Amino acid sequence: MVETAKLPPRPTGTFSARAITWSKNNLFDGWLNSALTLGAIALLVWLVPPLFNWAVVNATLAPTIEGCAEVTGACWGFVNANLRLILFGTYPFEEQWRPLLAMIVLMGIICFSLGGVKYPSFRKAIIPTWVIGVPIIAILMWGGMLGLTYVQNSYWGGLPLTLILSAIGIIFAFPFGLLLALGRQSNMPAIRTLSVVYIEVIRGVPLITVLFMASVMFPLFLPDGVTIDKLLRAQIGIILFTAAYLAEVFRGGLQAVPRGQFEAGDSLGLSYWQSMRLIILPQALRLVIPPTVNSFISMLKDTTLVVIIGLFDFLGTVKLALRSDPAWTKYYVEGYAFASAIFFLICFSMAKYSAYLEKELRKGEQR
Amino acid sequence: MSKTQNAPGGVRSKTVVDYLNDENVRAILYQIIAIGLVILAGWYLVSNTLENLERQNISTGYSFLDLEASFEISESMIDYTAQSNYASALMVGLLNTVKVSLLGIILCTLIGTIFGIARLSSNWIVRKLATVYVETFRNIPVLLQLFFWYALIPNAFPHPRDAIEPLPGVLLTSRGIYLPVPVADNAYTLMGIAAIIAFIAIFFINRWARKRQDATGQPFPMAMVGIGIFVGLVFIAYLAGGAPTEMDIPALKGFNIRGGYNISPEFMAVLIGLTVYTSTYVAEVVRSGIQAVPNGQWEAADSLGIKRSVALRKVILPQSMRVAIPPLTNQYLNLTKNSSLAVAVGYPDLVSVSNTTMNQTGQAIEAISIFMSIYLGLSLLTSLFMNWFNKKMALVER
Repeated sequence: MVETAKLPPRPTGTFSARAITWSKNNLFDGWLNSALTLGAIALLVWLVPPLFNWAVVNATLAPTIEGCAEVTGACWGFVNANLRLILFGTYPFEEQWRPLLAMIVLMGIICFSLGGVKYPSFRKAIIPTWVIGVPIIAILMWGGMLGLTYVQNSYWGGLPLTLILSAIGIIFAFPFGLLLALGRQSNMPAIRTLSVVYIEVIRGVPLITVLFMASVMFPLFLPDGVTIDKLLRAQIGIILFTAAYLAEVFRGGLQAVPRGQFEAGDSLGLSYWQSMRLIILPQALRLVIPPTVNSFISMLKDTTLVVIIGLFDFLGTVKLALRSDPAWTKYYVEGYAFASAIFFLICFSMAKYSAYLEKELRKGEQR
Repeated sequence: MSKTQNAPGGVRSKTVVDYLNDENVRAILYQIIAIGLVILAGWYLVSNTLENLERQNISTGYSFLDLEASFEISESMIDYTAQSNYASALMVGLLNTVKVSLLGIILCTLIGTIFGIARLSSNWIVRKLATVYVETFRNIPVLLQLFFWYALIPNAFPHPRDAIEPLPGVLLTSRGIYLPVPVADNAYTLMGIAAIIAFIAIFFINRWARKRQDATGQPFPMAMVGIGIFVGLVFIAYLAGGAPTEMDIPALKGFNIRGGYNISPEFMAVLIGLTVYTSTYVAEVVRSGIQAVPNGQWEAADSLGIKRSVALRKVILPQSMRVAIPPLTNQYLNLTKNSSLAVAVGYPDLVSVSNTTMNQTGQAIEAISIFMSIYLGLSLLTSLFMNWFNKKMALVER
């Protein structure tokens, strides 16, 4: 191939000369682009300075209502004064180091899993980490042993609850989703139909209806005298819902494994489960790591829906703090901005990492 | 696989073990076990449920739909009062869901397309701004965004007493936006009929114009003619109906504003929240759709001497639509399903009305089964329509 198109002149000279060339090429190239640039700059001038003044210059961190009344800007004092309520909900005040520690352990496991999937030798350690980590988190949160006082899970709340609901949701949905995906690919019509019906019905209805079903109908399903609490019901609802979405993710991975690999397994005389475990799944699951991370991100965002059935997750505790004193209620922008910032940090970094993983895991196929 | 037939040393009759090792027999066995387990679990759950319902003295069945609902619904597209029955209350909820979803789908497509194209702009600052918009709003939970808009809108506007009037008859208040509407008149029915006739005429002229262009290459100014027919016919109908000019103008009466059409803060919060959130996903779909069209297509259009704007419309977009339609369908379905979050801000959508029904009658199973099947139906309808559209757009190969 011969490059015949005219390339834009390579920027040379001093910094300012290079800057002028760059803006000519990228900002003021043609009248339409110039107009767009000027419009965008006008928008920024109109939007950014007032926002900056509100959020930083005129803002206060003073954790009192009087302190907030004095300033014209943001009242970060609302967040400052209610930080522990927002982060941990109604968990007993002196024991709040426990959810903090549990949250750190959980984040550690999540980071280890996300970092570990890149390296085949680390992948084997991921499942044992969860097997050890989840009981530690459970002991920290519930207590009742090792000298920790027992805390009912109706007191759980805040960021740890959000992270626990989504992490446990995805962990338990993983095997269930895998079985559903295999069922959907199966040659047996009855099993295939059951899987397809389950996956399509769950994917066809909103999460909130599944949560309503979990909170209202589960108690009716159980025999007299047996009860499961609200948190567990919501968790089961989340698991049932996520499994259907993960099943479709896994199906994508299974379909990407070439037919010859299945036939190779058969011709070696391996049984269905042997060839799945040794040949198909290792290849399929490697392909679905990035979309699984994306499922986890949407899971994390979707767990906020448990507010509607009366649990206090991170969004719920922000609302709780806003209602804790009528004087705080008008600082909803600060409260929601804080919650948004935390969600954004977690989701954005994971999304970026997932995009990086996708590139990284494809390296072997590129020449 | 059975290896019994004609084994050396004579024919051996099949034993039970042989049958159990037969792949086909096993498959049937597994399926019987699976179905049996599902039936068993279902029977267990149903019998528990019936027992529980009997203990709580709740009768099953859908007869409650005929009872008087006796709760008010703040906004409704059909006539509804507290004396209406539960069935019409649910209908109001369904129509509200459809209204907010349809508007949301249209708006998020428009906004999403603009931001998707902006992310590919050669203009650095436009590109970065679009990226910031997309990355910010897709990484914040949609429910949080709904809460935010719902808290913001009533606080951003004044009490009805001091309503802002940007245009004569248009009032912005903390209770929503009030718009003047024409008073019902036969002329508007006539205009509706004229609009339908115009659409049918445009459809046939369009078909004829296409055929002619395929045969002779002569282009036809379809857009201009179409707009002309539509506007002309509707205007003639308006004149024929007697050209009514009476308007229902909202005005302050007592403590509240009466008259006009009210766009409630709840509706605005749901619509803005869903639109902004979904538009970020639509932007990504549009961007990857355009990027999926090979550069050679641009060059081919260039070398044929086609103008760049025409090339985008006639060469690039039809091809990127092909890539974009399936993920776009998913986003539309997501928006429809997310509209159920309206229950959190008090917009009377299907789930919200069902929830009230459920609390009043105790008919949890029936109410949940109704809205679940309606959502399933909506999902199915959307995907059927999009499948049909997809097939129409798909590459026709020999």
